[in-house]
Amino acid sequence: MCTWIIEKAEMEGSAKGPDGWFKLARANVYYDHPYDAPMDHALVIDFVENPDRPEGRVAVEISAESARRLIVSIQTALETGEREHALN
Amino acid sequence: MPKPTYEGLLAETVTYTGHGGDVISAYMARPLGSGPYPGVIVVHHMPGWDEATKEITRRFAYHGYAAVCPNLHFREGPDASPDDAAAVSRAAGGVPDDRFIGDAEGSVMFLQSLPYHSGKIGMIGFCSGGRQTYLAAGRMDTIDAAVDCWGGRVIASADELTERQPVAPIDYTPDIKNPILGIFGLDDGSPSPEQVDATEAELKKHGVDYEFHRYEGAGHGFFATDRPSFRPVQAKEAWEVVFDFYGRHLAG
Repeated sequence: MCTWIIEKAEMEGSAKGPDGWFKLARANVYYDHPYDAPMDHALVIDFVENPDRPEGRVAVEISAESARRLIVSIQTALETGEREHALN
Repeated sequence: MPKPTYEGLLAETVTYTGHGGDVISAYMARPLGSGPYPGVIVVHHMPGWDEATKEITRRFAYHGYAAVCPNLHFREGPDASPDDAAAVSRAAGGVPDDRFIGDAEGSVMFLQSLPYHSGKIGMIGFCSGGRQTYLAAGRMDTIDAAVDCWGGRVIASADELTERQPVAPIDYTPDIKNPILGIFGLDDGSPSPEQVDATEAELKKHGVDYEFHRYEGAGHGFFATDRPSFRPVQAKEAWEVVFDFYGRHLAG
């Protein structure tokens, strides 16, 4: 069912929305019914500028399998990048 | 030569006063005629005031009801797209139950003010809206017939209660005075078949006029034509149950 359960992660960085780049404050992550993706459930990540400003948001709705691939990609990219940059 | 039957409806955004005196927006659809038409309040699911729920609102107009679907996330983004407003609402912990009841009462007052309204009012909600409909059935005495479509968390454990949703809707069962219809898929996990059975037992215990319909081969949200959960055969049958229920309880 639709829930209001979300995981929140503080963010440092930038995101680009329809009005250009903005400073990120947080990522809200949940697994629930998506708004747009034609799935029963999706892993949704809302990168938000300010939790109270609806327009400051970059959203993705992806399948659970996609989300797991993304986790692996992020971990791999971080490990590879940090190793490479540590050498320089 | 027989004249063709005239059909027409109007669908538009309206505004009216909701909880705390706030003006909120709602999507309204009604037949083009003088009435009288029973009213129906359509309660959208957590993802928001979306196209699918507005389509359902128009469906009620097609069937002869003056239907309104209040935007329960209006305050989170009066000018924002419904998905962005829903994201803010979710991040804040969802729609507060008291605020929902205030907006539902505002919807009742709006419907009652319409010259073509028959005086009867139904409510139907989907998913979290099903939960809110069960809540309204217990907390409001102006809903003549309520339809809970797969509302989860009608039964809630103590750790599922929050400041915004402080009481499990099941606790209001003794206060339900008007008929309630439940539509559920047997493959749903929330509410599970066991939770539906427990809710039914509570309704029976308190002598509530209820009907529960359970559908095999269907899970959560099986009316949703744009999702894999759609079950056309079960959905068609269940929609007929809904209109039969409203026909009996909202007529006259």
